[in-house]
Amino acid sequence: MNRPAPEPVQVVKVRRDVALDALVSGVPWITFMGIRFERRGDELTAILPYAEQHIGNPMLPALHGGAIAAFLEVTAVIELAWARLWDEMESGRLDAQTIRNAALPKMPKTIDFTVDYLRSGLPRDAYARARINRSGRRYASVHVEGWQDNRDRMFAQATGHFLMPAD
Amino acid sequence: MPPNKTEIARQFIEAIPYSKTLGMVMDEVGDGRAVISMPYDMHMVGDPQTGVIHGGAVSALMDTCGGAAVMCHPLSGGGTATIDLRIDYMRAARPGDRIRAEATCYHVTRSVAFVRAQAFDEDPHDPVAAATGAFTFDRVEAGS
Repeated sequence: MNRPAPEPVQVVKVRRDVALDALVSGVPWITFMGIRFERRGDELTAILPYAEQHIGNPMLPALHGGAIAAFLEVTAVIELAWARLWDEMESGRLDAQTIRNAALPKMPKTIDFTVDYLRSGLPRDAYARARINRSGRRYASVHVEGWQDNRDRMFAQATGHFLMPAD
Repeated sequence: MPPNKTEIARQFIEAIPYSKTLGMVMDEVGDGRAVISMPYDMHMVGDPQTGVIHGGAVSALMDTCGGAAVMCHPLSGGGTATIDLRIDYMRAARPGDRIRAEATCYHVTRSVAFVRAQAFDEDPHDPVAAATGAFTFDRVEAGS
């Protein structure tokens, strides 16, 4: 009847945060865009802090469509890579030390990505969450929702297909 | 295209902070067609293991180029915004190569412009990505 003692919460948190940081900080483009990720359990929220360099229409002003597309695509790719890493990590095959030292898992490759611009992007922070609708051995389909001030008023959404890296 | 119009187009691109940040340059523009390029840069890398630039950087170039093609359409009444943009990534761009996008605004209605675009690295015969998009349009009627 003896179950193993649950892992101390700090050990669990450190492992997960180290894994997420390894995934995100290794990509120059994510750093360049200033994109950050917040984690609640396995749920990720991407944040694009407002920066003047993301403006596409200085008259309005509004965020550049390309900056919005880039933000949503980063959100989708990291969600996919994170979901794979999560399974590895939580099954006990990877620990924090290994993740710190090891080469990062290969990133999924974008096959196609479609962005639906619903409202102009305001000059303030933006948020996004991705949902994996289907993830097979080779292909995955991901939907991303982006919003700013109000969670239920999306300013952009996107759908993309990805090729998963071979193990 | 008269030189002053090319100059205006160049200034227009440089006035867009995001395009300027990525080092975009207007190579050709006129009559619903635009060619814009940008240099490869380490900060655009999406896959550190291969040095291949992130799809998001290519999206930015395609979006800007599509918008420029719409704005230089003979019937365009001014600015535009992207309604939707789909990008197909056919292959990885070669690390180190300059990326160039060509966009054509192939059809306009009173309020919508339809665009096709392709992106190339330094091999002009093998595109790295293709895009189709819809943009807002403010049509100026001929003769008005």
